[in-house]
Amino acid sequence: MNLTLRIWRQQGPDTPGEMTEYRVSGISEDMSFLEMLDTLNEELILRGERPVAFDHDCREGICGACGMVINGQAHGPERTTTCQLHMRHFTDGDTVDVEPWRAGAFPVVRDLVVDRSALDRIIGSGGYVTAPTGSAPEAHATPVPKEAADLAFEHAECIGCGACVAACPNGSAMLFTAAKVVHLNVLPQGAPERASRVRNMVETMDAEGFGGCTNTGECATACPKGIPLSGIARLNREFLRS
Amino acid sequence: MSYSDYTLGAPVADTAAPAGPIEQRWEQRRFEAKLVNPANRRKHTVIVVGTGLAGGAAGATLAEQGYHVVQFCFQDSPRRAHSIAAQGGINAAKNYRNDGDSVRRLFYDTVKGGDFRARESNVHRLAEVSVEIIDQCVAQGVPFAREYGGLLDTRSFGGVQVSRTFYARGQTGQQLLLGAYQALSRQIAAGNVEMHPRTEMLDLLVVDGRARGIVARDLVTGEIRSYTADAVVLATGGYGNVFYLSTNAKNSNATAIWRAHRRGALFANPCFTQIHPTCIPRSGDHQSKLTLMSESLRNDGRIWVPKAKGDTRPAAQIPEDERDYYLERIYPAFGNLVPRDIASRAAKVVCDEGRGVGPGGQGVYLDFADAIARLGRDAVEAKYGNLFEMYERITAEDPYTVPMRIYPAIHYTMGGLWVDYDLQTTIPGLFAIGEANFSDHGANRLGASALMQGLADGYFVLPPTLNDYLGRTKLAAVPADHPELAAVEAESADRLNLILAVDGDRTPDSFHRELGELLWEECGMARDEAGLRRALARIPQIREEFWRRIKVPGTGEELNQALEKANRLVDYFELAELMCLDALHRAESCGGHFRTESATPDGEAARRDEEFGYAAAWEFTGTGEAPVLHQEQLVFEHVHPTQRSYA
Repeated sequence: MNLTLRIWRQQGPDTPGEMTEYRVSGISEDMSFLEMLDTLNEELILRGERPVAFDHDCREGICGACGMVINGQAHGPERTTTCQLHMRHFTDGDTVDVEPWRAGAFPVVRDLVVDRSALDRIIGSGGYVTAPTGSAPEAHATPVPKEAADLAFEHAECIGCGACVAACPNGSAMLFTAAKVVHLNVLPQGAPERASRVRNMVETMDAEGFGGCTNTGECATACPKGIPLSGIARLNREFLRS
Repeated sequence: MSYSDYTLGAPVADTAAPAGPIEQRWEQRRFEAKLVNPANRRKHTVIVVGTGLAGGAAGATLAEQGYHVVQFCFQDSPRRAHSIAAQGGINAAKNYRNDGDSVRRLFYDTVKGGDFRARESNVHRLAEVSVEIIDQCVAQGVPFAREYGGLLDTRSFGGVQVSRTFYARGQTGQQLLLGAYQALSRQIAAGNVEMHPRTEMLDLLVVDGRARGIVARDLVTGEIRSYTADAVVLATGGYGNVFYLSTNAKNSNATAIWRAHRRGALFANPCFTQIHPTCIPRSGDHQSKLTLMSESLRNDGRIWVPKAKGDTRPAAQIPEDERDYYLERIYPAFGNLVPRDIASRAAKVVCDEGRGVGPGGQGVYLDFADAIARLGRDAVEAKYGNLFEMYERITAEDPYTVPMRIYPAIHYTMGGLWVDYDLQTTIPGLFAIGEANFSDHGANRLGASALMQGLADGYFVLPPTLNDYLGRTKLAAVPADHPELAAVEAESADRLNLILAVDGDRTPDSFHRELGELLWEECGMARDEAGLRRALARIPQIREEFWRRIKVPGTGEELNQALEKANRLVDYFELAELMCLDALHRAESCGGHFRTESATPDGEAARRDEEFGYAAAWEFTGTGEAPVLHQEQLVFEHVHPTQRSYA
């Protein structure tokens, strides 16, 4: 198929960017969206133009590196990561808009690459259990009810891609923060730091410039891993409880 | 003298493992190790490159102990290292099932599974440490699968007869990595780890014969600078991406270990690569990477191809008696559950015969029709639903009604930097952990053992041995104006400038594909002398063409992903050459290395222990120059070599 792409090109964080139009042809429907961009980049390189910069790594939907807003939707029309979105979901002749994650807390580095290090700092402020290597008790010393283990797992699946922030009209990181708070706070191992964890993480989230939550729910709709919106309610409960 | 005329150097031996009973060696080593006073640890800087299971665990642990850690990853966040993609599980000799497992059995299985090309002392320690890993991860809040009683669930994996694999659905690597990442994040926030994301190691700094730092490039600004330290730990993963198409992440690369090799670290067993039989086949020339599906699928799926060559009918129209269930036919005892390497080679053989299915004939069917008829669709969905969904998303085919297509792909590399029992390379002060070293898996890695080794090295093995090195070694600070720093920085910058200056007419990916296809063909699942010699003749030609025709737009002083690719390729050319030479010199079959000339009458891999019962550690002498081979003779005191048989 042949497509018209309108891609956000921006040299650096301090330079203005603009949508630039490209045409790609001979796109196979079996290609992933990133392979389609590879095709464009191969052509750009041969023409001596700068290829489009974008983050990507595992290309199997788990590392969380890739992410772009495609036709206004974080990760595009399917509920998956950009690397797992295939071109069969587009139609010959389509015009496709491709933009970076848009959020105040995610400055653009170049083109479609943004700086998501604020998410790392949220984790660093409390998204862990203090358990220095070697200090662990025998694994079976503390049984964990299966329901708690499953609930923890459901939230631990977050890949940190930032789609929730990009999809939120407020640029809020509530779903991301909730995912880690719920994962650790429902486990007995996470109980001793339960209160400080949620307070510190919420404080860091606010300090990093993420917006507030107004229960729009776009985050959970965009999340490629299906982190439930109820996680935010649990986060709020943990916060009030602390 | 041509590259393949290697010379034999002095043997290399592990002198770090204490003598004495194998069960006591690790305890003895820790007892003999020098300690560093806790108050003095913060005066020592340790560089850790990579933030996967091994690097993340090591960085966090060393910082907890009080060392000043400076850590690097090329990704935008340490949480994205490729350990995250591991699916299956992690082995540990907990014997929670009371099914006869023990440290000794895990040790035995790993040595045997490695086809008797691993070092017994190291493997025994790995089995001992495995039990502590599970405790550590549970304490971190890793959400392992649990039984209703609240205890940990395990499963049997990779053909072993005990249930010792702990797992977190199909995302065990992700959950273990997030545990290490969270511990590391805590140390970053505490100021004990200075983290440099989006920064790639370009070279190693060796001063007065010791590893004293690295030269790295800030991938956003392009700035190239030196970082000095008292010791350097490489946790940079394997080199499977030399094949271009592999299950590795796109940016996983061999530059760190290869640059260390060029600076004097021996590189061991580069030809030991593992191929995974159940990956989704390529759909066309645009394919950029391959996706693995858990091999548990082979428990219920039946593998077949049409009996006739060039049969392009849809699977449903091929009658039962025109199908060849070749694994069941050739290996009636094990059928579809033969080990990874045998299943992989058999698939290539039938495809090479022209009986492959799907685009390009590079695939075989994995058919669940019988399982669905026997167990019902619901039961199959309960077991494999997520894998079927993943397959359908990628191929747009419904595996409940159309047989899956699978094909083998490069998945893991057992070879790597040679290390002793302390995980120290032949450059004092340079340590290699995780997949970056060669130590524990011999010629073949068992399922669920990669995660075990990465975390064992990072959490438990490296910290005491590094302690010993720092406690024992008097090191003066490397002055910022030391000439070696400027020289290596300039060398790194020159290489990038040379690439940029060519301004040719071929892209980095086009060269990488060409190199990868050559390696896959000649140094992939089955190797022979003629093919390896062809590859050794061809690689220098591709390299020469690269330096004439490579095209990379832009400059080195900016985010330039094409430049990153081209720079990694320069190292892949040299590494590919060494892989082919290693495969050529090892005229035996063992584990993942199958030489067609060395097979039993029924086509199985035939080891030649008398001649090749050693690890091959290669010394670099110059690009295209014949390297020097140092042999480490392997001694088997506890597990006696036997020939595998699956017939």
